[in-house]
Amino acid sequence: MSGHSTYQPQNPVLQWLEKRLPIGGLIHSSFVAYPTPRNLNYWWTFGGILSFMLGVQIITGIVLAMHYTPHVDLAFKSVEGIMRDVNYGWLLRYLHSNGASMFFIAVYIHIFRGMYYGSYKEPREVLWILGVIIYLLMMATGFLGYTLPWGQMSFWGATVITNFFSAFPGIGEPLVTWLWGGYAVGNPTLNRFYSLHYLLPFVIAGVVVLHVWALHVVGQNNPAGIEPKSDKDSVPFTPYATVKDGFMMVCFCLFFAWFAFYIPNYLGHADNYIPANPAVTPAHIVPEWYYLPFYAILRAIPDKLLGVLALFGSIIILAFLPWLDTSKVRSARYRPLYRQFFWVFVVVCVLLGWLGAKPAEGIYTLIAQVLTAYYFAHFIIILPLLGIFEKTKPLPNSISESVLSAKA
Amino acid sequence: MMKRTILALTFAGLMAAAPAMAQDHGTPQPPRQKWSFSGPFGKFDEAQLQRGFKVYKEVCASCHSMEMVAFRNLAEAGGPGFSEAQVAALAAEYKIKDLDDKGEAIERPGRSADYFPSPFANPKAAAAANGGTMPPDMSTLGKARTYERGFPWFLIDIVTQYQEQAPDYITALMTGYEDAPKDFALPPGGNYNKYFPGHAIAMPKPLSDGQVTYDDGSPQTVEQYAKDISAFLVWAAEPHMLARKRVGFQVMIFLLVLAGLMYFTKKKVWSAVH
Amino acid sequence: MTTVSSAEHTRRDFLYIATGAVGAVGAAAVLVPLIAQMNPDASTIAAGAPIEVDLAPIADGQIIKVFWRSKPIFISHRTKKEIEEAQNVNVATLPDPEPDSARVKAGHDQWLVVIGICTHLGCIPLAHQGEYDGWFCPCHGSQYDTAGRIRKGPAPKNLPLPPYAFLSDTKIRIG
Repeated sequence: MSGHSTYQPQNPVLQWLEKRLPIGGLIHSSFVAYPTPRNLNYWWTFGGILSFMLGVQIITGIVLAMHYTPHVDLAFKSVEGIMRDVNYGWLLRYLHSNGASMFFIAVYIHIFRGMYYGSYKEPREVLWILGVIIYLLMMATGFLGYTLPWGQMSFWGATVITNFFSAFPGIGEPLVTWLWGGYAVGNPTLNRFYSLHYLLPFVIAGVVVLHVWALHVVGQNNPAGIEPKSDKDSVPFTPYATVKDGFMMVCFCLFFAWFAFYIPNYLGHADNYIPANPAVTPAHIVPEWYYLPFYAILRAIPDKLLGVLALFGSIIILAFLPWLDTSKVRSARYRPLYRQFFWVFVVVCVLLGWLGAKPAEGIYTLIAQVLTAYYFAHFIIILPLLGIFEKTKPLPNSISESVLSAKA
Repeated sequence: MMKRTILALTFAGLMAAAPAMAQDHGTPQPPRQKWSFSGPFGKFDEAQLQRGFKVYKEVCASCHSMEMVAFRNLAEAGGPGFSEAQVAALAAEYKIKDLDDKGEAIERPGRSADYFPSPFANPKAAAAANGGTMPPDMSTLGKARTYERGFPWFLIDIVTQYQEQAPDYITALMTGYEDAPKDFALPPGGNYNKYFPGHAIAMPKPLSDGQVTYDDGSPQTVEQYAKDISAFLVWAAEPHMLARKRVGFQVMIFLLVLAGLMYFTKKKVWSAVH
Repeated sequence: MTTVSSAEHTRRDFLYIATGAVGAVGAAAVLVPLIAQMNPDASTIAAGAPIEVDLAPIADGQIIKVFWRSKPIFISHRTKKEIEEAQNVNVATLPDPEPDSARVKAGHDQWLVVIGICTHLGCIPLAHQGEYDGWFCPCHGSQYDTAGRIRKGPAPKNLPLPPYAFLSDTKIRIG
């Protein structure tokens, strides 16, 4: 996907194909010869891990779909059938349900890495925005998927989240009825959620192709935040990046396996093993952990419409990050002040997540309000001002120089 | 340095403030029990599962359904360890609703492939017969109950693999029936239970000492019954737990070996660059 | 690039091969559950347990259809004429040579129990039809005789026999 390829296959069949469809050259230039900055650290392996997780989710998902029944009377039972009767069904389902969480863990690391090293800055704005779109699609897919087992949390989660749209004046009510296909969350809702849950991962895969394309056009950012200048600054993707990504993928699988095999229900909620009951709402409705910070923002704001707008705004604002951050220097390594604020921001996000799981009452609401204000201030006030007032450290002349100085 | 200080301060402050401010319903945490099936190498105690099944059959089953568990499951590997013949005989004790060749409703003796029949015709009938609340189905109860672990335990649980909130809670619930305190307004039809959130539980005290006869000499006490039924419910909710942990161990070993090899391969490949 | 000795080369090659081999083993292991999940699940297998059929209500000359493992089983109470027809055939001329005695249980000549699925492409043949008084498959015209043997048409084999046994003179257990 980058530049012109000089790839010439040895095999005559491949040569024949290459003349007609240069797919070998595409793969070669994108994943073999593609130059990667030689100073990439392990935080850069999460892109590969994310592609791997997307594959895991699609494969296990397709397999689960062979045994699942999207009907309100049968959904819960069919999931239990998968867990009890289908050969290795328990394994496939736990891989899929925990895989969703792993996917989000990886994507959060990936996003925060991009923020720390300023990977969203010129010329990588489109790359970043495509990433935000993938993230949004992931959130939608995760939510739709959580509805499918049709437990108590599935049902009430679907009810609460779809009710976001009822906040819009005038169109709210008819919009929500349209989303549900009824007067409440019910069988039509479950059917369409299943259909969309199957569709969206392939949309994600499509946007991932664009994301990788954009990446290979502008090249990777790196911990030094400066562009490679000479051949000494980069190494070919294969074998250097592939073997490094592969090593981290296996390490990530260890982490994944720990959850999937030993504490498979840790990241879920016990209430989702109670079949959906439209007559009884669980005492504490909690979304999946990966939505918790946004859920805290929603609940921090006492007004319904403003709460929903803040929730959406807190994600949309990410797309404007390339322009909100006014600093010319990319990497936090050379931005002493930004580095502090970055970590404060991480802590704020973690705390918002913690608050999202707590009941919305008393001190919790107050803290959530303060942190929500900070969340937005980070983007709207701190980042624009930092770029103007921060005194940055001198940048190294080249990537290889920064590698050498780090060694010395 | 600063980031760590901020992190530590915010966490410490919040964590200290939180429990004091959070509305406490006065529900004590269920005491931790020792379970044979906890941890990465845990295994079900067959005798305990068989006793728990006896408690289910003689006590719970009169009100609670368990419709996603089949008789055949009792003979499957990693479960209570009944033989196929025992299960067939047991299933035949039950009456299963079916249709005969002429389409007439009949009741026939159960087969291994049948699921445990429900004590009530349908959920509405179950609710009507039980003061308006259907006794929950027991198939997934062994993982459908939990309690707040709180900070930092919810993080420590990742490492210790503590997954036994449900059996701990169910055991506590079975043994938590008490006389209501004088100042507690018990709603009509409610029973006071120390561990039930809100304390007023619709289910009357189900177990009493000596109620179920054990053949293996285990104590016939409420406490023992409570542990046995809890263990049985965990198995009923997660019948493949032993297979999961066994495969998990194999996968972990494999991944560790592969990770080691990948690490050295990576080092070798990069040695030319560094 | 630093120069490397050939011993180091060997060690490096071994490391690469070992890593690749272990990775390949892992990839193969992943295929096991992905393939196994498409086999019949435990509830399907349990539902395929043997069934018992009472033969007493089946009249002389009547054929009934029961289901075992989701397959139709024909149970034919053969008349004297049908038995004779089945027995008086030159077995050597049949497409799938089998004597009638191999099609029924000894001493129970009047009972033919076959899986009612045409051996051509899986349709269910119609009873008491065709030139041989047995079964006729409407899909592609295969014809079976009163012992369920293929006599004419594209089907290659006789109707298969399910595993079954007589529990008494009027009761069989299939499976």
